[in-house]
Amino acid sequence: MHLPDGFLNRPMVLTTAALGTAGLALALRSAKRLPPSRVPLLGLSAAFVFAAQMVNFPVAGGTSGHLMGSVLVAALLGPAAAVVVMSAVLILQCLMFADGGITALGANILNMAVIGGAGGGALYHLVRHLTPSMPFQIGAAGIVAWGATVVASLACAAELAASGTVGWRVGLGAMGGVHMLIGIGEGLITMLVLAAVAKARPDLLVPVETHGFEPIMPDSPPVPARSAVAAAPRSLRPMILPGLIISAAVAMLLAPHASSLPDGLEKTAQALGFAHHQAASPVIPAPLPDYAVPGIGSEMWATAVAGVMGTAAMFLLGLLIAKLARLRRRTRAYV
Amino acid sequence: MYAGWTDHHRGCDSWLCRLPAGVKLPVAIGLVLAMVAVPARWAVGLWGFAGLLALLLAISGVSVRLVVRKLLLLEPMVLVIAVAAAFQPAGWRGALLLASRSTLCLATMVLLASTTPFMDILRVLRRWRVPPLLVTTLMLMHRYLFVLADQAHRMRRARQGRTFTPRRALVWRHRAGIIAHLFVRTSDRAQRIYWAMSARGWR
Repeated sequence: MHLPDGFLNRPMVLTTAALGTAGLALALRSAKRLPPSRVPLLGLSAAFVFAAQMVNFPVAGGTSGHLMGSVLVAALLGPAAAVVVMSAVLILQCLMFADGGITALGANILNMAVIGGAGGGALYHLVRHLTPSMPFQIGAAGIVAWGATVVASLACAAELAASGTVGWRVGLGAMGGVHMLIGIGEGLITMLVLAAVAKARPDLLVPVETHGFEPIMPDSPPVPARSAVAAAPRSLRPMILPGLIISAAVAMLLAPHASSLPDGLEKTAQALGFAHHQAASPVIPAPLPDYAVPGIGSEMWATAVAGVMGTAAMFLLGLLIAKLARLRRRTRAYV
Repeated sequence: MYAGWTDHHRGCDSWLCRLPAGVKLPVAIGLVLAMVAVPARWAVGLWGFAGLLALLLAISGVSVRLVVRKLLLLEPMVLVIAVAAAFQPAGWRGALLLASRSTLCLATMVLLASTTPFMDILRVLRRWRVPPLLVTTLMLMHRYLFVLADQAHRMRRARQGRTFTPRRALVWRHRAGIIAHLFVRTSDRAQRIYWAMSARGWR
């Protein structure tokens, strides 16, 4: 995804350079507050990202992929440190390997360091704050890594399209589509690595930005880390009501604005001419056909109510699955 | 050493290699900026830049084959964007212009990288008042880049030596484990480096 020189036009070069520099400057300012003992870790982590990017993961048919690593570093070190580390990687790749252009450096830092490191990192640490459950945190890191890859590729495509280099549809479609697949690999690797670190050294999963100053003497007892594992498990119950309210609000507000145009499958069906093959009566009759509640006059209100009902139904379904999973785990424990 | 494949400028002793980085870096950036700024109407001007670069390459004493090989390594990304650009109103002519412009910029940066040690570039950046934290990070990164790449390579070989006929899912777990343990060793190494640096009076 490293943009080379010559594909961004002058306004775009200036804009992305300003944004990338601003993001990096902010990250540097907040990384300056790190204790001096953590400064070498920044440089070493940048070298680590570079080495980790050289580890290949076989995909299919002889192709292989590798880690990008911004969300992984953000999870291990914290968002600001991640932006500094990823920017260092990009600067070195640009100046030493000519990988990524120097006029596109701002864009590359914006796409790969700021979006993944700061955005993805902030999201991940929000989840970390909300739940002490390690599998949940690692899963969140995977999803965030996928999202960061996709958003970074979309930003890259948008910069190219705004420069008039590629068309909006071609760029966003191709880049977004390909990176939705690549992102799965990124998410998987991020989860696997975090799980392995959590198994080997859970104390390292507390990002350095929240660490206090560590004693210099090597043989003094280690500071008890605010380990995510050691923390008392917090109940998720306080999150239920706000979560439900937010979901219901989103469903109510957005459902009426949802596109009434055919979705991907319907469109394909129309294009290939098998739309009329739809079974006259579905296997299971949908309770609310086309998201409208029968008996409510206004279409907008009907859709909104359908959205809320759908949210409630999904909540109950999730609750049921969770109960079943807990039941199964308990029975297995007795065996 | 496994990852010593970037110090190609080590044996270089030409006029261009001896030129201080404080001159080469701004000139290279200026060249790239100029090439990016050439409007499509004056695309012929790019031939002038190509000639200039060819002249510099000739007197640099850098192996042409090496530069071409590095260019080919970086070209796929240029080609992908150029193919996407061919669907634009400017058509394949516009795409060709973009691709050649980008390739010339790449050649400039490759020439800079193969005639200038990275440490010299970092010293220039420090003189240009780039924030010291960033320069320190870059210096440490450059110093330990190959140490860690080597370590990852050794860990991978050790893993291969212990695993027979792995399934793909297992390969992924193993490689992720290598990265994870590389991070563990990296952070321990960073701690030791900090102790060594403080012992020598750093900060």
